[in-house]
Amino acid sequence: MTRTAPTVLVVEDDAPIRRFLRAALGESGYRVEEALTAAQALDALINRPPDLVLLDLGLPDRDGLDLLRELRGWSRVPVIVLSARDREHDKVVALDAGADDYLSKPFGVAELRARMRVALRHAAAAGGDAGSASYTAGDLHVDLAARRVTVGGREVHLTPHEYKLLALLVTHAGKVLTHRQLLREVWGPEYGDENHYVRVYMAQLRRKIEADPARPRHIRSEPGVGYRLVEEG
Amino acid sequence: MAYDRPMDPGRPDPDALLRGLQAEAAQEARGKLKVFFGACAGVGKTFAMLEAARARKAAGTDVVIGWVETHGRVDTEALIEGLERVPPRQLSYRGTELAELDLDAALERRPALLLLDELAHTNAPGSRHAKRWQDAVELLAAGIDVYTTLNVQHVESLNDVVAQITGVTVRETVPDRVLEEADAVELVDLPPDELLQRLREGKVYMPDQAAEAVERFFRRGNLIALRELALRRTAEGVDAQMQRYRHRHAIAEPWPAVPRYLVLVAPSPFAARLVRATRRMATLGRGGWIALHIETERDRHLPEADRAQLSRTMQLAERLGGEAVTVPGEDVVAEALAYARSRNVTGIVVGSPPRRGAGGKWQRSLIDRLLREAHGLDVHVLHGHPEPPPPPVNLASSRARWWSATPWTVAIIATCTGVAALLHGQFGEANLMMVYLVGVMLVATRFPRPQAALASVLAVAAFDFFFVPPFFTFAVANPQYLFTFAVMLAAALVISGMAARVRQQVESGRARERRTAALLALAKDLSAASSQEEVARATVRRTAETLDTGAVLLLRTKPDGIEPAAAQGDVTLDASELSIAGWAQDHAQPAGRWTETLPGASLLYLPLLGSQGALGVLGVKIQMAPTADQMHLLEALASQAALALERTVLQAAAREAEVQVEAERLRSAVLSAVSHDLRTPLAAIAGAASSLLDPGLGTATRDELAGTIVSESDRLNRLIGNILQVTRLESGAATVEKEWQPLEEAAGAALTRAEELMEGRPVSVDLPPDLPLVQADGLLLEQVFFNLLENAAKYTPAGTPVTVRAWTSPGWVEVEVADLGPGLPAGEEGRVFDTFVRLSAGGRGVGLGLTVCRGIVAAHGGTMWAENRSGGGVAFRFRLPLETPPPAFREELDEGEPSP
Repeated sequence: MTRTAPTVLVVEDDAPIRRFLRAALGESGYRVEEALTAAQALDALINRPPDLVLLDLGLPDRDGLDLLRELRGWSRVPVIVLSARDREHDKVVALDAGADDYLSKPFGVAELRARMRVALRHAAAAGGDAGSASYTAGDLHVDLAARRVTVGGREVHLTPHEYKLLALLVTHAGKVLTHRQLLREVWGPEYGDENHYVRVYMAQLRRKIEADPARPRHIRSEPGVGYRLVEEG
Repeated sequence: MAYDRPMDPGRPDPDALLRGLQAEAAQEARGKLKVFFGACAGVGKTFAMLEAARARKAAGTDVVIGWVETHGRVDTEALIEGLERVPPRQLSYRGTELAELDLDAALERRPALLLLDELAHTNAPGSRHAKRWQDAVELLAAGIDVYTTLNVQHVESLNDVVAQITGVTVRETVPDRVLEEADAVELVDLPPDELLQRLREGKVYMPDQAAEAVERFFRRGNLIALRELALRRTAEGVDAQMQRYRHRHAIAEPWPAVPRYLVLVAPSPFAARLVRATRRMATLGRGGWIALHIETERDRHLPEADRAQLSRTMQLAERLGGEAVTVPGEDVVAEALAYARSRNVTGIVVGSPPRRGAGGKWQRSLIDRLLREAHGLDVHVLHGHPEPPPPPVNLASSRARWWSATPWTVAIIATCTGVAALLHGQFGEANLMMVYLVGVMLVATRFPRPQAALASVLAVAAFDFFFVPPFFTFAVANPQYLFTFAVMLAAALVISGMAARVRQQVESGRARERRTAALLALAKDLSAASSQEEVARATVRRTAETLDTGAVLLLRTKPDGIEPAAAQGDVTLDASELSIAGWAQDHAQPAGRWTETLPGASLLYLPLLGSQGALGVLGVKIQMAPTADQMHLLEALASQAALALERTVLQAAAREAEVQVEAERLRSAVLSAVSHDLRTPLAAIAGAASSLLDPGLGTATRDELAGTIVSESDRLNRLIGNILQVTRLESGAATVEKEWQPLEEAAGAALTRAEELMEGRPVSVDLPPDLPLVQADGLLLEQVFFNLLENAAKYTPAGTPVTVRAWTSPGWVEVEVADLGPGLPAGEEGRVFDTFVRLSAGGRGVGLGLTVCRGIVAAHGGTMWAENRSGGGVAFRFRLPLETPPPAFREELDEGEPSP
């Protein structure tokens, strides 16, 4: 977290949602900037660069995805996409296009705050210190330096692919990773559509690290999108 | 003439006026026909027509020439200059190139006025209509005005009169009604002397006639007579117009008693002339007329040629506007008089045969009887010459029928002789005679009447030859035997006559019965038929059986096509037959074989007339000219079929309306259910939110209200999600993106999402680790699990355990989500998946969740069902097809290298 109040640019054309975000985020110590259109958003992004962007995909003057792609050409500012639940495909496309996370409308403030925190943290980590070399969540402990994984103190043996998957999720803890992102990072860029690799290894991984693999506590599935490592608290 | 039946002497009745107005309205839509009418060729009809047309053209009318014969006359040709022509249709007939009016092109061109010379022209074979006047009728029906020319000798009812005057029989005739229905008839008149002058100058064109014939035709006397005929005919037309005018404008006038004539038609070449004469009489007296044929036993065994002639005469009567009626009976005079009285006929027309001989004598005795018994009825006896029969249609069949039984007759009499020979000696001659009489009776009951007469004569001859001394000669020793012979012959003839009559009655009864039975059978079939196809099949079957022919029924297809629906027997329809059937349908008139329109077809097509036009066409393959009886039967069959078709059409419309009403009802039910279910959480949210505005609330209350808003919003969100999903699934717009998935993942995601919803109900999950992957859309599969869990949460009391299990069966992966709740009402296990069904009261939501589940499972090629568990509670089960996982994948799975 930065010392000064972080600035959030809310790109959303719907007034009630803007109003509620303004109220909720203001309460939480964010400075809120608002943009009703893609043009206003670009203006704000260039002239008053924010610390985080909340981007609604349905904008009146331009496709939100389009704006995202353009933005990613010159900025690494964290972007959280807001979209309706029945537009899963858009979410995946947005994430693959460089969005940091997404939220389905309707969403709760608590969830939004958590996502924003994670996004800001990862942005800060990417900018300077290399992040912590180990990760702990409940009974799960991952030592990235030593490549050791323990559950309840007991060491778990993972195959290289399983380990790579877990390590990737750990480094992006709290952030959603799409099937494609995981596939490319773990198996290599030549893999594009074999999403089931990810699913099957994920199932194996869960059996090794989750107490009840049918009710995962650590690795949450985001149906139709990907996976997220759930942080404690 | 004495008319003993005065008609309504007052003003025309309102119905008649209405009819007149309707006819007038129909007339409006039709094109107008103007006939340039002349006494004979050369009077300048074509010239007059062209001049009138040019005047119309100058006035701005769209005038086009359909067909004009200029015969190379310069002045006529000059008139054609500048007028548009419909290019003629070139037809090739037996190697000769013929040009005809291109009717389709003319209809396509749709001028305001079309010129069509020579109305009586016979079209070349291969044209749509046999006669040009039929082309004109079709053009008029299409709303195109027609100018045409016509000579008096071509008028059907005057045809024979002209033949008598000129000695030249003209074959090309135009029905009188065409002339009568013309909107205007312009007489083109030229005094005979001037015409002769023109003829001498070579200005008159006579086609294909020898000079001698021309001489004979163009005699001054002939011309005067023809001119008079034309003038009179035109005057009659004007008179009729005046009548119509008065009628329409309800101008009262003393109405004369209307005569009604009945003409007796026999299968004789003379009959056609009688029919024409009767029509003329009736027209002059402005009355009606009926052509009556009494069908006797003899007529039923007529040779084909005579039958065809009879049928032609009856058709002629109908064409001339009379009523053609056939009545069965043996006593012609009695039947005719009875019928005449039943129809209030004022005069009976009969013909006196020109020739002497048996037939003539019989006819004269008939006339005598008529005259004697026709009390109060006028009897008109016409003399005349027989008309030459038209070109033979089918003379192949002979008089075989009459004679064919002769061997049988001879054999029977021979047998009688044998029996008599056995009895001879023991019994008297009177008894031997009895044996012969039995033989005669046998013949009379089996074979036509002449055979019975032959049997009588043979019997007497055989008796004389074999049993009257001196034996084996025809000589008779005792003159007493002559008396015996006479008595025997008389007895034989009387017996045979009586037997024959009985047989005839039985036979005609049987024929009638067959017809009635056919109609009844069809009526029965049709009453059971519920679809157009069934109606078609029943009609075709009955028609083919009754007439022993091939039959086909074609139905109208939208918008204006026609398509065979059922066929029986040897009927093949090529494109041209189909187009003829189409014509019959479009024009609601019979067409094809044995009709005036496109007689070259192989089938006869009868339109099936409903209240809104033809619904289809019945095609029949009749090899011989159909008798009037057969035609009537066919028409009856066709009209029954049409009624049944109309009924099915109406039924279908009613059903459709019912479905629409039902859909409407469902829609409003859905709307009210959805709006209720949308409003309930909204009400909770609005209530909670407005309460929060109250500043005096305690923290605990605040939190509770906020919690309500959150959970109700979630509920609203889920409901909308389900509504959207149902809509997508039902409209087929749902996209299923199948990927290889472990079931576990979808189930796990759903369990996580539903955790709060389950309110502490213990959920046990039993998914074997070796469960194969399934091909599914992960998101949709998660929704299935979630909805099933939500359903369990909704309908079971808090704390009820829920189990999620899966296993494999051959070809399937089976999944079960079961609870230990109250279960489903018996018999409703299938209904739970229906849209908007909510089984137990007090449950929340419109019950879309399960509909969505089943829709998703079905979209994956699986099935879903619900059953009550034996231990209580309900199990929702679904199965997804088991598919072979990608092979490349298996190999890599066994990578077992442990992490360091």
